[in-house]
Amino acid sequence: MSAAGSDLPGAGRLPTSARLLRSVRRVAREPLGALGLVLVAAMIGGAVFADILTAFEPNRISPRDRFLGPSFGHLLGTDQLGRDLFSRVLHGGRIALSVALLSTAVSLAIGVALGLVAGYGPRWLDNLMLLLFDSIKSFPTVMLALALVTLFGPSLTAVVVVVVLVNVPGYARIVRTRTLSIKESEFVDAARSMGAGTARILRTHVTPNVIGPLLILASMDIPVVIAIEAGMSFLGLGVRPPTPSWGAILNDGFAAIRDTPWIAVAGGLPIILTTLGFTFLGETLRDVFDPRLKGRG
Amino acid sequence: MTVLAIKGLNVSFSTGDGDLRALRDVSLEVPARGIVGVVGESGCGKSTLINAVLGLLADNGRVDGGSILFEGRDLTRLAPAEMRALRGPGIATVFQDPMGALNPVLSIGRQMRDIQYRSPLGRSEKDARSAEFLRRVRIPDAEAALARHPHEFSGGMKQRVAIAMALMMEPSLLIADEPTTALDATLEVATIDLLKELQEQIGCSVLFISHHLGVVAELCDDVVVMYAGEVVERGSARQVFNTPRHPYSALLLECDPARRPERARRLPTIPGSVPDPRRRPEGCVFAGRCPRRVDACRAPQGERAMEPGHMARCHLAEAG
Repeated sequence: MSAAGSDLPGAGRLPTSARLLRSVRRVAREPLGALGLVLVAAMIGGAVFADILTAFEPNRISPRDRFLGPSFGHLLGTDQLGRDLFSRVLHGGRIALSVALLSTAVSLAIGVALGLVAGYGPRWLDNLMLLLFDSIKSFPTVMLALALVTLFGPSLTAVVVVVVLVNVPGYARIVRTRTLSIKESEFVDAARSMGAGTARILRTHVTPNVIGPLLILASMDIPVVIAIEAGMSFLGLGVRPPTPSWGAILNDGFAAIRDTPWIAVAGGLPIILTTLGFTFLGETLRDVFDPRLKGRG
Repeated sequence: MTVLAIKGLNVSFSTGDGDLRALRDVSLEVPARGIVGVVGESGCGKSTLINAVLGLLADNGRVDGGSILFEGRDLTRLAPAEMRALRGPGIATVFQDPMGALNPVLSIGRQMRDIQYRSPLGRSEKDARSAEFLRRVRIPDAEAALARHPHEFSGGMKQRVAIAMALMMEPSLLIADEPTTALDATLEVATIDLLKELQEQIGCSVLFISHHLGVVAELCDDVVVMYAGEVVERGSARQVFNTPRHPYSALLLECDPARRPERARRLPTIPGSVPDPRRRPEGCVFAGRCPRRVDACRAPQGERAMEPGHMARCHLAEAG
C-alpha cells in the first residue's frame, strides 16, 4: 500500500482541455474504450433527456396496462402497476447518476481533506486516522448499510452516506501516502524557505500533485457506486417505493420473474450495461494515462 | 554593516542513541553586499547551518547555544510567524537540485505568481514582474516561458528560474546551497557569472555554500572552511586560498585538481574519515586525520587570530 501512491497511473499532471480531448480520442480508438464511451454516453443521455425520450410519466399508475410485454408503445413493457418501464429505466438512470456523482464528489472532498491532514499533520494524528480508516474499511458494506438504514430509515441520503463511508478511507489513504512523499520533496522545502505556510503548501503544492491519480481511481469506482445504489434499492434500503430506481425495478420484477421476465430484465440490464460501460471506460482511461503504457495503443 | 552575524552557534539533533552535535561554536559574518563562501566535505554541517538560519531545522533538531543575528534581530529567538515573514523578503534560498526545486504539475508562471502572494500587485502585474525576472536570468522568450511546465526546461534553465524566483523577493540575504553542483562545468561558470551580476544589481548579500573550491575562489570575498560541524578557518578568499593556516584547509586545497601544478595519475586524498558526530573528540576535530598531530591537539581548540579578519582553529597555526 505504501508504495502504491507513486505508482498510480496519472501521477503526472492534470489534463488540460486540449489534452482531455486527445485522451478521449485515444480512449475511443480502443475497442473496449469505445464500447464504454457509447454505453456511458447512452446512459447519461437517457438520464438527461428522459422527459423528451418518453411520453410516459415514470410513476403514473395505470391498472388497465398491468404486465404488458414490450411493444412499440411500451418499449420495455409495463410493470405490475401498469407503469411504463422504459420511462422508469430512464428516470432510474437519473437516480443512479446523481447518486454516483454526488457521493463520489463528497467522498473525494472528504478523502482529500482527511488524507492531507493525516499525511501532513503530526504522527499521532496520522496513526489515529489510519486506525479510523481501517476500522471503517473492515465493516462489510451490507452490514454498514443495514446499520445506517436501521438508524435513519431508507432514503437516498442513506445511500450517499454509505457510499461516502465506503469510499473515503481508500481515497484518504492514497492522498496520505502521496502527501507523505510530496512533503519531503525539494519544491516543498523551497516553498517553505520562501515563507509559504502550511495552508499555502497544501493548496498549491500538495493537492495538485495528489489529485490526478485520485480522479482516475474515482472514475473507476463509479460502477461500484451504481451497484451499491441498485443493491440497496433492491433490498428496500435505498429510494422509497414510487421513485424509480434500477434496483427497485429489479425487485418488482423479481417477484414475477417466471410469468413476466421483462420487468426483471428492464431493471437488471441497465445495471449490467452501465457498470460494464464505466468499467471499460475507467480501465481504458487508466491505460491511456499510465505513462508506462504510453505508445502501445 | 553586517547583514548576517552568527556567533558561537551550537545545533544538536536528538537521535535514538543520544544527542548528535551537528554544529559546534560556529561563527561567521556576512557583510552587506558581500559574498561569503562556506566550503567543506559532505556532512560537515553546511546544510544544517542553512536550516538553522532559515529556522527550518528538522523536528528533532534544536539550537542550543549561540545567536544568529540577521539585520540586528536574533533569529533563534523569533516566533515562528515572525521567522516565516522573514523567509522570502528577508532571506531567500536557491537549492542544489534544480530538477526538484520546482513543482512539476504547475506552470512556471503560476509558481512565480504564487510566491508573490505578499505583494499587493494585481495578477497581470505579477506576471509582468515574473517575465521581467525571467529576462534578467536570460530565459529566452520570457512571456511564453511562463506558460510552460518545469519539465520543458533544461537543468540549467530550471536553476536560473529558481534564481529568478529567489531574487524576485529582493532579499537582503541570498543563501545559495550548492546551486551549481548539479550542473555541468560550462553551465556552472555561466550560472556563477549570472549570480554575481544579479547580486550586484540587486545589492543583496550572498551566503554561498559549495564544495567546489574553484567556484568559491572565483565568486566569494570571504571564505569559511568547515569540518565536522566546526569552522576551522575563516578569512578573506585571498588569505584562505593563498596562505591557509589550518592543516585541514591546506590539505583540502592540495586535493583540488585545478590547483595542482602538474597532472598526476592519482589525486591526493586526506586519509581517514570525518569523526562520528556522536563521539566527537574533546580536542581538535581534525586531529585523527592530521599529519601534524601532536599531544597538545587533544586539548580543546579555540579560534586563533592570524591577521585581521583571518582566523584558524589550530594551536599550530601561526600568524604571518
